[in-house]
Amino acid sequence: MKPTEQQMKEMLRTMLTIRGFEQTACALYMDNWESGNFLGALHSYEGQEAVATGACACLRDDDYVFSTHRGHGHFIAKGGDVKAMFAELLGKEAGCSRGRGGSMHMFDPEKGLMGGNGIVGGGIPLALGPAFAANYRGTDQVTVSFFGEGASSQGVFHESLNLAALWDLPLIFVCENNRYAVGTPVSQGISVPNVSVRAAGYGCPGVTVDGDDPVAVYEAVSEAVAHARAGNGPSLVEAVTHRYSTHCMVMQEGREQSELDEMNEHDPIPRFEQYLQENGIISADEVQALKGEVSQLIEEAVAFGEDAPFPDPATVADGLWVS
Amino acid sequence: MANMREVVLTRALNEALHEEFKRDDNVFLVGEEVGGVFGVTRGLDRRFGDKRVRCTPISEAAFTGLAVGAAVAGLRPIVEIMYLDFVTVCWDQIANQAAKLRYMSGGILKMPLVIRGQQGNLSREAAQHSQQIEGWCAQVPGLKVVMPATVEDAKGLLKSSIREDNPVIFVEHRGLYGLKGPMPRGEYTTPLGVAKVQREGSDITVVATSVAVQKSLGAAEKLAGQISVEVVDPRTLVPLDTETILASVRKTGRLLVVHDAPVRLGFGAEVVRAVTEEAFDALQAAPRVVGGANLPMPYSSVLEDACIPSEDDITQAIKQVVES
Ligand SMILES: Cc1ncc(C[n+]2csc(CCOP(=O)(O)OP(=O)(O)O)c2C)c(N)n1
Ligand SMILES: [Mg+2]
Repeated sequence: MKPTEQQMKEMLRTMLTIRGFEQTACALYMDNWESGNFLGALHSYEGQEAVATGACACLRDDDYVFSTHRGHGHFIAKGGDVKAMFAELLGKEAGCSRGRGGSMHMFDPEKGLMGGNGIVGGGIPLALGPAFAANYRGTDQVTVSFFGEGASSQGVFHESLNLAALWDLPLIFVCENNRYAVGTPVSQGISVPNVSVRAAGYGCPGVTVDGDDPVAVYEAVSEAVAHARAGNGPSLVEAVTHRYSTHCMVMQEGREQSELDEMNEHDPIPRFEQYLQENGIISADEVQALKGEVSQLIEEAVAFGEDAPFPDPATVADGLWVS
Repeated sequence: MANMREVVLTRALNEALHEEFKRDDNVFLVGEEVGGVFGVTRGLDRRFGDKRVRCTPISEAAFTGLAVGAAVAGLRPIVEIMYLDFVTVCWDQIANQAAKLRYMSGGILKMPLVIRGQQGNLSREAAQHSQQIEGWCAQVPGLKVVMPATVEDAKGLLKSSIREDNPVIFVEHRGLYGLKGPMPRGEYTTPLGVAKVQREGSDITVVATSVAVQKSLGAAEKLAGQISVEVVDPRTLVPLDTETILASVRKTGRLLVVHDAPVRLGFGAEVVRAVTEEAFDALQAAPRVVGGANLPMPYSSVLEDACIPSEDDITQAIKQVVES
């Protein structure tokens, strides 16, 4: 299925928001370096916007998403609040996880956002749960598990594919193959060229798509969603994409300059803009207007995060248990 | 100190690895991004090649299991776990396999295995990247648990761990990686199971581990002239040198134990148990433990700081024990 024109405009907005969020977050990170208030491992989603955007555009509010350490894009694409994200990064009580979680642990269950994960592969088996619950309760909700190609080397990936396929769980495994796990190129991490071929071993559909094209991602994931909602079980969608930044803030770039130079060619945003304009879906003026709206949203969200108060240290134990 | 030189702790660990690799061809290392990230393994791959320095996929269970099996087969594996928090994903290999195979074989198999990595807080990486795992490991009979707190001990203990024929969990703290300190020139090792008095004193014994040793030394310095603090660093939690701790408590009559790990059912409780059982008569005040909060580590700096004992917390606790 192809996205509608209206959906595609929204998808561009989402991609611009993710890009704006990440660029601003990285700048904030550097600004706060001395204060120590915004540290931790910030993994930028820049370059991969088309994956979260295309995949989440196929989902309803009541569908679930399990994210990763590189999760800001998933959070935004599934409708998470950008204000609460900045507040979280800055360690504030108004953050989406009340300052307890930080960059890798953003939650908003109302939007089906079931959290990022600090453990590579950690979210994959968790995603079986809501998929199981949907079958259990007889709803047609689906769950998307995002993970990197590096995570596909974890045992839980294989166990989860097997179980999901065995039990026909409405789960879409979306592997973001950005070709690197920290500094390890995919050729040194995985015994096959494409992660999608793993699906065959577990008896479920597997495809590889251009992860820099949100429409291609949408088409593949919407098919997988329809398959899952119809009770036919899981699918594996591998989106081949590019990580623009270093693995995370504070980490040196290990890739060759020539490789980084090529990144621009893959930039999903100008490419999608061009596609939309050439097909008469959006005008240049509309794109400009959209960009203005996005920068304003980001600006306001940062201000909100900065002005928000820190948690009271006396409340540090709040949130451990239901009392 | 002509036979000493100043180096940073990562350098000390790095030298230990280089020396032991050179000494014994059976020593090899597996892990993710080896050579990068924290720099402890820097240069090993260039010098010893990718036969002995293996960068793995993100498959901790597989490569730790490989190492356990390789140890049984007569090699001397070193496993690097990037953040020790991730031992959870290879815990079966550690707790059920490495720790027990020798005993279950009636003492036939040998397990010359080192699992090393870094842990701790300070970098604000939240609950899945800021844990202290030494207590988990020390609860598993069969594992030795080593925790260096100084540059000198980092090198000497790592060399001994690599030569050890039993499985060792070698716990580094990333807050100590930049620590500069004196290190002996030339070949030396530091035995496992021998505590070290890092500072002598007469009013109170502070038993501390890892980064808490440095914080306790800071507190002791602050109190100098007022309270004479003896800082005892067990260096290995298992085996534990209770003799040195008991001798110190018999001398000072007071005990405080400090660690970053959660205080509940922790190493501090174990030291207090040993001391109250063995040297109750020597105690002039109730012993105390200062440790981490019994909470997952929060992200926000103001919350994280509330979860880990600071030098000030230690100073206060020393005063309380001495004045009680
Ligand atoms: C169990 C575990 N092992 C190792 C790490 C350290 N680590 C964090 S991200 C990462 C690379 C992940 O690669 P991939 O799954 O491809 O995701 P990407 O970073 O490329 O988005 C590694 C090794 C971790 N967080 N958890
Ligand atoms: Mg990757």
